[in-house]
Amino acid sequence: MADDAKQVNGVHEAPKQERAKPDPPGYFEGESMTRRRVFTVGAQALGGLAGAGIVLPAVGFAIAPIFHRGKERWEAVGPVSDFVEDTYRQVVFTETEGIGDAGKTTAYVRRSSKDLDEEAGKFVAVSNRCAHLGCPVRFVEAAGNFICPCHGGVYDFQGKRIGGPPVRPLDQFQTRVRKGQVELGPRYSVTNQLEPVRARDPGEFTGGIWEYLYPPRPSTFPAP
Amino acid sequence: MPSFPKPKIPDAIVPPPLRKPGKPGLGGTPKGQAPHDLKTAPPERQSAGDKLLDRGKEAPIDALGWVDQRLAASGFLTGMLYRKVPKGTNWFYTLGSATLFAFVVQAVTGVFLAMYYTPSATQAYASISHINNDVPLGQFVHGMHKWGSSLMVILIFLHMGRTFFFGAYKYPRELNWVIGVVLLILTMTMAFTGYLLPFDQRSFWASIVGININGTGPVMGPYLSDFLRAGPELGATTLSRFYAIHMLLVPGAIIALIGAHMYLVVKLGTTAPPWMKAERPKGASPLAQLDAGANGNGHVNGNRVDGAPVSGEGGNGASA
Repeated sequence: MADDAKQVNGVHEAPKQERAKPDPPGYFEGESMTRRRVFTVGAQALGGLAGAGIVLPAVGFAIAPIFHRGKERWEAVGPVSDFVEDTYRQVVFTETEGIGDAGKTTAYVRRSSKDLDEEAGKFVAVSNRCAHLGCPVRFVEAAGNFICPCHGGVYDFQGKRIGGPPVRPLDQFQTRVRKGQVELGPRYSVTNQLEPVRARDPGEFTGGIWEYLYPPRPSTFPAP
Repeated sequence: MPSFPKPKIPDAIVPPPLRKPGKPGLGGTPKGQAPHDLKTAPPERQSAGDKLLDRGKEAPIDALGWVDQRLAASGFLTGMLYRKVPKGTNWFYTLGSATLFAFVVQAVTGVFLAMYYTPSATQAYASISHINNDVPLGQFVHGMHKWGSSLMVILIFLHMGRTFFFGAYKYPRELNWVIGVVLLILTMTMAFTGYLLPFDQRSFWASIVGININGTGPVMGPYLSDFLRAGPELGATTLSRFYAIHMLLVPGAIIALIGAHMYLVVKLGTTAPPWMKAERPKGASPLAQLDAGANGNGHVNGNRVDGAPVSGEGGNGASA
């Protein structure tokens, strides 16, 4: 194309003043874009902006709960005298509000002891949510173990995994005493050494490199 | 538009040729003679009722013609409905249509279930009980939806197996395989999200387990779980979220992809089953057969490029 234009200009040698042929065709001197291209790009950019204006808020709306942390919730589950060191007492309390019975969860609570825990006289609340896939485990008094009905996960008295497919010990709930009542608070997960970490979903390992492969979610509360 | 070989159009929908009035003095009957039919038989007088009946018989064709003049769809429709299929096409080839039919059943029963269902954590179970126990035929429609979902999953797997074992996923049909796999995933998504909706014990725990399986994916898994639950625990918005995915988001995607899937089926044609031998003229060399493949007759085992060009002659890969 460019060659053609040159040739034509060369042959005529311009007796009358002719406007220079645009080179490349469609462009005039100093232009980097034709009028058509400006409008094409402009219209597409406007369309893109309008599309983003609709899609981005909608997507943000749908994924917002990932970044939202609810209000910290504490619930009294019984007087201090209800709980002993050598066995668990089953309590039921509301973990999620607004959905009735479906929002309730079960915890097994005992008083901490010198032999098993760092400090005696506090309270340990073990979640009944299996660390494999979230089925409800049961504390079997005769065996002193937690046993999951779904896939056969078994945990010892402290909630450490001793058999089956679970990937970490049972979760726990924060505890405190107010007005002689034991209160349960936010959930947290533990490593295999029972060190508290931020709550993870069942099926996710804790500790070491797993803390990066299963990053903590903004919707959970910091570990105690 | 693909160009299809012209199928035979049924006589019923072919309009009669236009009759031009004969020019005076040319042909016809000689002057002073009665027309031929008048000589042999007296003219049959049509009663008003007969006339009306005749008009009535033509009415549907007229109406179809009126629509078709404006849509120009008859060419496409006859091309699609009368397209040729390879020799050896058998009952296994109906599995795709069966899956489509299962989807239509799910769509229809689902729409009617939505008339009674309440997607709220506190009312969902009661509304399902109401459908099953109080609404006339409620248990039947609910049952069709519930068992139909299993049927659709089974059928889509069988359809995929047929495609795989017949080698029907090979060139030029890879894209249709990919679309089919996406449809399989979407069908599983439908089965998963629909499972929670009755909100009984089974739904509740199965969904918890399912969401936690999603969460075991490294890095993104935990966030995917939070997205599905709309929070760190299964809560009030989880159910409505699953409901929206189940009845709005995924069905739309499935319908669109089924359209693309079927367009490609019609455009590329189907393959012959692998046990069919290619038909060769006597004495023809295999090489000649390859050359002939370009016009849609080189159908060998469904594996070789069987003359299914993207456009042009034999565009539907017909080789019957």
